Amino acid sequence: MTTDIVLNIVLLSLMAITGLAIARLRNLFPVAMLTGLYSLLSASLFTLLDAVDVALTEAAVGAGVTTVLFLATFGLTRAREKPVARSRTVIGLVVTVLTGAALFYASLDMPHFGDRNTPVQDHPLRERYLSTVNEEIDVPNTVTAVLGSYRGYDTLGEVTVILTAGIGVLMLLGVAWRRPDKHKESDR
Amino acid sequence: MREHTVLRVITKLLIAPIIIFALYVQFHGDYSPGGGFQAGVVFAAAIILYALIFGLAEARRAVSPDVLRITAALGVLLFAGTGVYAMLQGGNFLDYDYLAHDAIHGQHYGLLLVEFGVGLTVVSTITSIFYVFAGRGRRTNEHET
Repeated sequence: MTTDIVLNIVLLSLMAITGLAIARLRNLFPVAMLTGLYSLLSASLFTLLDAVDVALTEAAVGAGVTTVLFLATFGLTRAREKPVARSRTVIGLVVTVLTGAALFYASLDMPHFGDRNTPVQDHPLRERYLSTVNEEIDVPNTVTAVLGSYRGYDTLGEVTVILTAGIGVLMLLGVAWRRPDKHKESDR
Repeated sequence: MREHTVLRVITKLLIAPIIIFALYVQFHGDYSPGGGFQAGVVFAAAIILYALIFGLAEARRAVSPDVLRITAALGVLLFAGTGVYAMLQGGNFLDYDYLAHDAIHGQHYGLLLVEFGVGLTVVSTITSIFYVFAGRGRRTNEHET
């Protein structure tokens, strides 16, 4: 238990340090690398919280795919942040502080870490799923049973969203690659 | 990245285990953490790693973008089709009880098919998005040189 606490503190402070380092950097290549590192740290945190499937997704998407997409984008744009006028950085600071304060205020409503009296723990549906999953579906991983069977509609919707997002990106960016000659001048 | 021998050799060694792990997460999702979505992103990461080290053209030759467009839609079709098949068997939409003679077996078949559909769509979509991003970047570089 104590090792868990120490690991949590170490991981969270490393994440904070990574965030501060990202804010200080002006060259965007190291920023992409550090956001990947940030994702990897949060994936480790999810593993500590026994959310291995979330950790898998975070490691593959956050640390892997997103970093590569950032780097591919730098090939299209610049890899250096433009210096901004001081008056505009003040606006940015105000917006960031306000958003941070709002998020902090909202987090006060969240249940405490490891709280027993949360909807996850005492909602009637939890009893319903956990007590009948063995007779109705009989798979050891209840998460799969809930996502695939009890909540099949939601998952179908999510998969459709992923497909739609992919179609959107292909429609916006895919055309230029397929007919490079026609669009040579127009997309510069 | 022709000159990076170490990276090339290590990547060759790594890609097969990554893909096997993705398939394990996919088809063992009923018993262990994970499922179609996790398997899809891990599989896509393997393809992207291949493209990074051996070049986009090689990756396009191994996993064709045209095929990915079809499989992305096929995944959703498999998911929804499982639901429609359950309806044809006399149940509700996505009620896997009616997929087989026995309700429990039906649920197992249903989860397997549905998770496979999710995985297929996720791996196809993520790889397609990577292809168009990387393809555009490369073309701009060729213009500049």
